[in-house]
Amino acid sequence: MTAADWPAWITHLPHFLDALLTGAVITVIVTVGGFIGSVVLGILFGAFSTSQSLLLRAVAHIYVEIFRGLPLLTVLFIIFFGLATIGIRLDPISAAITGFSINGGAYLSEVFRAGIQSIHKGQSEAALSVGMTRMMAFRYIILPQSIRVVLPPLANFAIGLLKDTSLASAVAAPEMMFNAGRLVSETFFATEIYLLVAALYLCMSLPLSLATRLLERRMARAHAQ
Amino acid sequence: MTLVEAQTLAAEWMPQLLVAAGYTMKMAAAAYIIGAVAGLFLALARRSERRVVSIPALVYIEFVRATPTLTQIFLIYFSLALVGIVLPAFEAAVIALGLHYAAYMAETYRAGIEAIHRGQHEAAQAIGMTRGETMRYIILPQSWRIILPPMGNSAISLLKDTSVASLISAPELMLRAHDLTSEYYMPMELYLTVGAMYLVMTYPLSLLVRRLERMAAKDHKAAGN
Amino acid sequence: MHDPIQSIETNNAATDGAAADQPIVRIRGLRKSYGSLDVLKGIDLDVRRGEKVSIIGPSGSGKTTLLRCINRIEKPSGGHVYVDGQLIGEKLVGDRYIDMEDRELARLRAGMGMVFQRFNLFPHLTALQNITIGPMKVLRTPATEAEAAALALLEKVGLANKRDAYPEMLSGGQQQRVAIARALAMRPKVMLFDEATSALDPELVGEVLSVMKQLASEGMTMIIVTHEMKFSEEISDRVIFMDHGTVVEQGSPEEIFRTPSHLRTQTFLRAVLGRQAYQ
Repeated sequence: MTAADWPAWITHLPHFLDALLTGAVITVIVTVGGFIGSVVLGILFGAFSTSQSLLLRAVAHIYVEIFRGLPLLTVLFIIFFGLATIGIRLDPISAAITGFSINGGAYLSEVFRAGIQSIHKGQSEAALSVGMTRMMAFRYIILPQSIRVVLPPLANFAIGLLKDTSLASAVAAPEMMFNAGRLVSETFFATEIYLLVAALYLCMSLPLSLATRLLERRMARAHAQ
Repeated sequence: MTLVEAQTLAAEWMPQLLVAAGYTMKMAAAAYIIGAVAGLFLALARRSERRVVSIPALVYIEFVRATPTLTQIFLIYFSLALVGIVLPAFEAAVIALGLHYAAYMAETYRAGIEAIHRGQHEAAQAIGMTRGETMRYIILPQSWRIILPPMGNSAISLLKDTSVASLISAPELMLRAHDLTSEYYMPMELYLTVGAMYLVMTYPLSLLVRRLERMAAKDHKAAGN
Repeated sequence: MHDPIQSIETNNAATDGAAADQPIVRIRGLRKSYGSLDVLKGIDLDVRRGEKVSIIGPSGSGKTTLLRCINRIEKPSGGHVYVDGQLIGEKLVGDRYIDMEDRELARLRAGMGMVFQRFNLFPHLTALQNITIGPMKVLRTPATEAEAAALALLEKVGLANKRDAYPEMLSGGQQQRVAIARALAMRPKVMLFDEATSALDPELVGEVLSVMKQLASEGMTMIIVTHEMKFSEEISDRVIFMDHGTVVEQGSPEEIFRTPSHLRTQTFLRAVLGRQAYQ
């Protein structure tokens, strides 16, 4: 069956890679979906937490406090297993994207709040003085400026999210870690398979983190000028 | 579900969940100690002038930070078994989480150390201190205000990340909730209860971190930086 | 094209009976306090169409707050402001005043230009975009039309060659001139200047003042909070001296600068003019 001088797992390698890369596609889909959802919620609640309305600020504060203290796995289980019992059945991938979005939104709302607050008050005053509504001032003047401030933490968040999507395996989303688990129970090459998985995560996250560092350095330089 | 039923269920669940929460806290505390100690050594190794020391430290830190916690836990749990070290899941989780957080804490220490002005090193060496003595008596005592807030944040994330250990069946809160779910089939109620318990555990830490951050900011201003 | 600002004006002409000889800005009993600190203690002021009014006074006298309450960047604690007969920021429902919606207030602010001490140009936009963003987003002016108008305004403030420069590449004086053009692009009925030259290096003050003078000569209604006494004397139809949140005295530049009747005005002018004489 196998050439005697090759370790047995090598012969399985094409099969392993095939399954893991299929999973990697789902990993990327869940990461991108979760990232977009997190950014949307982060901007929304970040804007709430800097709004003049006490109610909106309170809503944002409670949202952040709750999800800051909840494990992601618990959030995923509530959404996947919990919601099903009250008639909301989500498929694993949608459940994962929803969970990562809600959780990430809480984290990013703090990032966006800091970004918004870093913009001088005079900017929104100037926007109001040319007749913009608060909404327009936020959209055309404040948000574009705070994007520069939030870009590095946003990129770091994306890397963290990529790794966290491995938890989606616990709700049977067929991403990389889930497929790895399946392969391990078929072949028992646990160490080899999980090292391969680690290498594949490395391949996805290292370019992202190098780009982030480059970005941070450029920002720091621009800031120093 | 009537109120009486709810009370009956809570009476059955709560003692079990509370015991499990105790395990969660033990797991987090043990992993934290490993992470804090190993992290300090890693940080010092990373800053070493000898490349045989600094490069492995760098590779370790980068590898750990670029791959998911879950993958690392599986890798350690299953690989140790293969080389004949059969660790109970709880201990394996403690080691895996500890080694994982060591990499993050190493970066925290490093940032704290590097924030201290070069002149401090030079002044210490000028009065005849070795590099080790300089670190111990001059640099580290000054770095605390920068190091403490992120170390507090690590404690919060670590407490939440212990939930991932349930996926290798380590006895802790999330696993207990999972088991009770298969017994009672009430995932919504159980996971919400467990979520609330995590909040109760993390919220005091969260308040502490805020306080540390405020103190650090004040010191920072007082130091005239 | 339907012009929303125009329709607001005509609406009010019908309800309030605003006429050409009515004051364009009418301030009644304006108060503002921060906690227990009263910054404005009931200001009444009328400004005629085309009039140039400068407001002088020591720092902390409330003059900047007064200006900021006119376009309601700062919300007054009491009193009312009317511009062109239109109540700003509030609506009279029965006998109660209620706050206006943000969108309505924004439309009214569009009719008042404001120039800030710290310029507040939008750093992520070029000089030209700083000027066009208001007309394009607020008045929905087509891009080509807004750009043509903005170029004409840049020409007017002498910065046509800086159309594509970002604010950080401009000197303080140039930034402030762009800021004036930005305000003018909304075709305001009144211009509010909040210490427009205080943040400038002395050698850059002149270029901004000369733009303001030109604007004055074209008949713009201007309310100017300033520390430049000589400029104020030259340009103003009326000078208002404020102290401790009240209008102490007002009159023609000659009256205020040559023969001030109040002791507080005399003390202030002696201190300020004495200092400025040495500059």
